[in-house]
Amino acid sequence: MEGLERIVSEHRLFQGLGPEFVNLAAGCAKNVRFNADQYLFHAEEPADWIYLIRHGQVALEVATPGRGAAQFETLGEGDIVGLTWLLPPYRWGYDARATELVRAIALDAKCLRDKCEVDHDLGYALLKRFLPVLVQRLQAMRLQLLDVYGSAG
Amino acid sequence: MDRLGERAPVMAPDAMLPLIARVARRVRELPDTWTLDLVAADGGPLMRYAPGQFTMMYAFGVGEIPVSVSGDAADQTRLVQTVRAVGKVSEAVTRLAAGDTLGLRGPYGTAWPVAEGYGRDVVVVAGGLGLAPLRPALYQLQAERKRFGKLVLLYGTRRPEDILFRRQLANWRRQLDMEIEVTVDHAGAAWRGHVGVVTRLIPRLGIDVDNAMALVCGPEVMMRFAASALNDIGVPEEAIHLSLERNMKCAVGLCGHCQFAGSFVCKDGAVMRYDKVRRLLGLKEI
Amino acid sequence: MNDHAAAVITHEGLGGLIAGLRAEGFRVIGPRLRDQAIVYDDIESVADLPAGWTDEQEGGHYRVRRREDAALFGYNVGPHAWKRFLHPPLLRLWRAERSADGMTVTATSEPAERYAFLAVRSCELHAIAIQDRVFLQGPYVDPHYKARREGAFIVAVNCGQAGGTCFCTSMNTGPKAEEGFDLSLTELLGDRHEFLVEVGSERGAALLAAVPHRPAERQDAAQAANAVARAEGNMGRHMRSDDVRELLLANLEHPRWDDVAERCLTCGNCTMVCPTCFCTAVEDENDLAGNAAERKRRWDSCFTMDFSYIHGGSVRSSGRSRYRQWMTHKLANWVDQFGTSGCVGCGRCITWCPVGIDITEEVRAIRGEGGSDGRA
Repeated sequence: MEGLERIVSEHRLFQGLGPEFVNLAAGCAKNVRFNADQYLFHAEEPADWIYLIRHGQVALEVATPGRGAAQFETLGEGDIVGLTWLLPPYRWGYDARATELVRAIALDAKCLRDKCEVDHDLGYALLKRFLPVLVQRLQAMRLQLLDVYGSAG
Repeated sequence: MDRLGERAPVMAPDAMLPLIARVARRVRELPDTWTLDLVAADGGPLMRYAPGQFTMMYAFGVGEIPVSVSGDAADQTRLVQTVRAVGKVSEAVTRLAAGDTLGLRGPYGTAWPVAEGYGRDVVVVAGGLGLAPLRPALYQLQAERKRFGKLVLLYGTRRPEDILFRRQLANWRRQLDMEIEVTVDHAGAAWRGHVGVVTRLIPRLGIDVDNAMALVCGPEVMMRFAASALNDIGVPEEAIHLSLERNMKCAVGLCGHCQFAGSFVCKDGAVMRYDKVRRLLGLKEI
Repeated sequence: MNDHAAAVITHEGLGGLIAGLRAEGFRVIGPRLRDQAIVYDDIESVADLPAGWTDEQEGGHYRVRRREDAALFGYNVGPHAWKRFLHPPLLRLWRAERSADGMTVTATSEPAERYAFLAVRSCELHAIAIQDRVFLQGPYVDPHYKARREGAFIVAVNCGQAGGTCFCTSMNTGPKAEEGFDLSLTELLGDRHEFLVEVGSERGAALLAAVPHRPAERQDAAQAANAVARAEGNMGRHMRSDDVRELLLANLEHPRWDDVAERCLTCGNCTMVCPTCFCTAVEDENDLAGNAAERKRRWDSCFTMDFSYIHGGSVRSSGRSRYRQWMTHKLANWVDQFGTSGCVGCGRCITWCPVGIDITEEVRAIRGEGGSDGRA
């Protein structure tokens, strides 16, 4: 476990978090790897895991009938895959595929949710770390929606 | 007034009178975008210019448009410009074949202050066709590689098939000691690169933000988001340079069209420092 | 100024000045009554001047009417400004022709006239000085303006009254002509109808020497000073100008811009009559065979949609933003661009606005001083 705690504490999401919180979070964590083109999860599956990418790239995709999968975002080292773990009904809305070998920390979402319910200090500390990620993605999505390169540019 | 960028070095006696240039080579970059190699009508060199400057290209009887130089400023034998066909003049210009002539004025405007990056990390952020005006700066960074710290090019465009200078990017990635990250807004499953807006790559930059310079060119909204993200990670506003677009007619600050508050984009820009324009970029219809 | 003493001339002397300028090859331009307005046009003799006429000006209102005397310069300013001669409304720039080898380009602008301007007001001298900064003192020089401006002979005239929309005292541009002229006249109306002449240059002195004149006496100078003081005292408008740049730049989102946009027709009249507005557009024309093309330059206005067009649309598509551009350019951004305000307080934009929008009133409204309509 000690190795895992170190890995968890070194991830961007947990940097600067007190050891007591890191220990709590690490209690829900395990090391995982995905080969290229392996899926981390598919749309409509339960959002049981959160992935903190340590290495490699993950593509978030939405499949469109007749047009195959469209990638709408790629995530890399230091990024978090899966922001829906915190909100009911805890279900993925898109596919996540490793585009190359991916090493990640997987956090058991239910385990983490339960610990957050019990320890609101942990819950608040984690929320403060997840919220900026959400806002950054939202801002990026706004710019993406503008399709600025469309005709002008 | 305040210096907003580097002053243009050249001045013609009658700045409105074009000289005649000849197309030496025409290359299709994208379905609607072409690169023209231009020489003087007699085949000789045309003009000296600095990276970031632009010329006014005149298509016979149709009109004139501003186009940034996209070539290597160290190569004086030809003037290289990349044009997207979006209006009647640019359509006429991109239809010109090798041997055809066009009118040309310039070069005009401020330059990318590449030399200010000596001894510092340099981040180049390009969006869409904005890679073309930045290419002369990239040539200079390449030529003087040893004088800079870490070099990063972040390039965002719409789809994988819209990537400009694709072969050159691949070559640079192989040859240059420069990190090149290409990201697209939309991609199919086959695309192996990044997907997402170019600003998403900025928080992951491993640069010395206190000693870095950034050159940004692309659609204005993209530049605004990119410059803001660069500033958020600690790059000072004064070290971020943008290339603005406004309606340019005379290109020498006399016709008034390209006014941007207290500046004329044609002569005080197009390359301007972020700290001078940040507030204005947030205002509508300036 | 210089050491030349002031002199006094009569109609005969004034006629001599005009004749002398014409004899030296100048095309003399001065005020004439035409189409119910006092405009600037060719002057051959004193008889061409608008003797006994004045103008009545208010927001959106201009009328010429008879004076009770025979004053030659008893009006203020009309729809014309001297820029129409120094910076012509339409100018041919060059012509391109197809050739066996591609194309050739030849400059086509006509040789510049040698102008002598008669009866240039102090506000207009300042306007010319402002356009000098725009066209001659930047990194690029407009050769067409330069050719017309250099050597132009200027006879100023001091205002003996202010118009209903005048506010030169607010902009520190008048009413007394202080510099930038070869000769300056003050009309002395009374028992004897004469003109006090001040000399501003050596060639002005030489011209004056060639016409009948007498030395100015103390009472002549006093009468001239009285005339100027009268003008100073009856300005039709006032505008606080010392902080107007900062005021406008701090209020770029002020609701008043919406208010003025409700009234503004975006017709561009204000830009056409303004003596400092300098913007131009270029036009390309082809002959029918497509073998020759011509490029012309034409006055343009920031009130048009085309003015700020970039691929995809106009930067300033709302009337609100276009009025804001015009006014902030004139009173604020001009200072950053050229080191001086772009407004000389001549009042033309107020008079010739079809709906009477008053720049002094707009400034007051943004300042938060509602109520007053700017009239003195």
